[in-house]
Amino acid sequence: MTPELMEEGAKRLEAYALKRASAATASGGREAAYGRPTRWGEADFSHGVALYLDDITVSFDGFKALNALTLTVNVGELRCIIGPNGAGKTTMMDCITGKTRPDSGKAFFGSTIDLLRLTEPEIAQAGIGRKFQKPTVYEELSVFENLELALAADRRVRASLFSRLTGTQLDRIGEVLQTIHLLPEAQRTAGLLSHGQKQWLEIGMLLMQDPKLLLLDEPVAGMTDEETERTAELFLSLEGKHSLVVVEHDMKFVDQLTEGRKKVTVLHEGSVLAEGLLADVQNNDKVVEVYLGR
Amino acid sequence: MKTPDLPMSVVLEQKRGLLLGPKGWSAVLAAVLVIAVLVPVLNLVVPDGHALHLSDYAVTLTGKIICYAICALAMDLIWGYTGILSLGHGLFFALGGYGMGMYLMRQIGTDGNYKSELPDFMVFLNWQALPWHWALSDLFIAQALLIVLVPGALAFVFGWFAFRSRIKGVYFSIITTAMTFAAMLLFFRNETGFGGNNGFTDFKRILGVPIATGQMRVLLFVISGLVLVAFYLMARAIVNSKYGRVLQAIRDAETRVMFTGYSPLAYKLSIWTLSAVMCAVAGALYVPQVGIINPSEMSPAASIEIAIWTAVGGRATLIGPIVGAFFVNGAKSWFTVAFPEFWLYFLGALFIAVTLFLPNGIIGLLRRPGGIAGLFRRATEKRT
Repeated sequence: MTPELMEEGAKRLEAYALKRASAATASGGREAAYGRPTRWGEADFSHGVALYLDDITVSFDGFKALNALTLTVNVGELRCIIGPNGAGKTTMMDCITGKTRPDSGKAFFGSTIDLLRLTEPEIAQAGIGRKFQKPTVYEELSVFENLELALAADRRVRASLFSRLTGTQLDRIGEVLQTIHLLPEAQRTAGLLSHGQKQWLEIGMLLMQDPKLLLLDEPVAGMTDEETERTAELFLSLEGKHSLVVVEHDMKFVDQLTEGRKKVTVLHEGSVLAEGLLADVQNNDKVVEVYLGR
Repeated sequence: MKTPDLPMSVVLEQKRGLLLGPKGWSAVLAAVLVIAVLVPVLNLVVPDGHALHLSDYAVTLTGKIICYAICALAMDLIWGYTGILSLGHGLFFALGGYGMGMYLMRQIGTDGNYKSELPDFMVFLNWQALPWHWALSDLFIAQALLIVLVPGALAFVFGWFAFRSRIKGVYFSIITTAMTFAAMLLFFRNETGFGGNNGFTDFKRILGVPIATGQMRVLLFVISGLVLVAFYLMARAIVNSKYGRVLQAIRDAETRVMFTGYSPLAYKLSIWTLSAVMCAVAGALYVPQVGIINPSEMSPAASIEIAIWTAVGGRATLIGPIVGAFFVNGAKSWFTVAFPEFWLYFLGALFIAVTLFLPNGIIGLLRRPGGIAGLFRRATEKRT
């Protein structure tokens, strides 16, 4: 065997691995479906699909905010969604979380939970967490209390009237405080945090909920470069354990998240314009036209 | 920027568990002693004319204001903590008052002007028998239950429809005003069977004991005061619990609460109903002390006044509304004697001043580092 041959073989292996990686979906801890009955209210991920939107149409006074949108997000996948203003990104999140009811179409979480039949709190309890475009935290409460309220626990009135934090729960709050770099600010009133810190706090509240699917609407808006980088690291560490849908305008951030191998979806006028690797999408004629208005 | 690694126990340390600190409990104990021992002694034992004697007028006035303070506390739970401004709380207060009034009317017996078994206004209307809704009015226990149940049920049904339809902010305030106004018109009618625009008055006895005696006056005062203290402690337990923090979260960002998995309906409805029941109890304590209840208690202006007491004292603090009720009503009783024609101007000016300069009310001013408390602290620090 000559060195040239070996080198060629190595290259071929590498190319094959890359091809595999771009096509593979993370398993997200899903298990075989057989012999495991799903419990009521628990999402069934055994078919590898976390979110399934089919032919969703939403119109506001004749204007179609979403036009026959079809989108699938796999379990454990990190999917970035880009698109010009008014493309329907936020409306899509509203449909998934129950804030807006679509005129037609289907929306499923896992393969059993029909999102169009549930209310906002029920969808949140089923395991979908959402971060708003504008950071929404409880301004008058402390950072600690913000996280405490988000902690996955019984949400009923009587339960919260007599709830006491256990040691495990305190540890969990401490852990998240560390992750979002707000440990020294734990007792500060949330309203006094900087914009970037509020974004982090809201992300921390999502983590406390321990959702299976995270919807993040422009999570790094108003963050410094360093904070953006740390956010990207955090999201990458969540990939695989959770499914993530990230809506973002910051291409550098999207590039960091996709690591050159993950799919990006481009929305335009309420439907999917293109889907594929960021580099491919950026060279797509239709996408260039939409973005640059040619 | 590296965040320093602090020991977690230091950062997460919370002031939870106990309802109040040692200072707080001492204050509660002092309040109970003043209400249950000092006032009765100064009024009943210390002879009239003595410098320390507390006049009957002062006892009745304070007892009345205590009932108002309970209303302000109830308003604070729903407005200050949950962010729902109700301008119809006067209705629940009046319903509680009418519930007590019905019992007191039956206690008059045959001592009325017409010497009849029926209350005077029914004789006047030529009614031969008690209407159906007076069936239980002879039984104190039954009527006491109705005082709680009727306003509670009304608040529950009204709140269920309003909160389920996600009526918020100023729209909620408007429909609560409409509710109390509609009830006032209903109670003004003689056919409703609640004495029309004269309401109920001329009470003689409660539980068979004459009502217009010094002892009864002080007893009613003591009961009202203790109820206020009990409600205060209950409110403190509520706002210190996780439930109370969810209420504040609903006030600050309701959509976030929903997307976190809480159903705001259950939380809003429970605190709204509790708040209404507290007002009803206040109304029931108010009527035997004041000796009259009529539909003017249901006028929108009466409900707005409750909101003013709360705002003046300080929303989202529990002591604030109590202070506010005492301050505004104390000022009212002084003003209406000293400068009767200027009282409404003063009330208006007070409300404007509080809105503009004291968004957190009197208590907010006291607690501000640069406020009166801060000045006082600095002065004492210099001295030592």
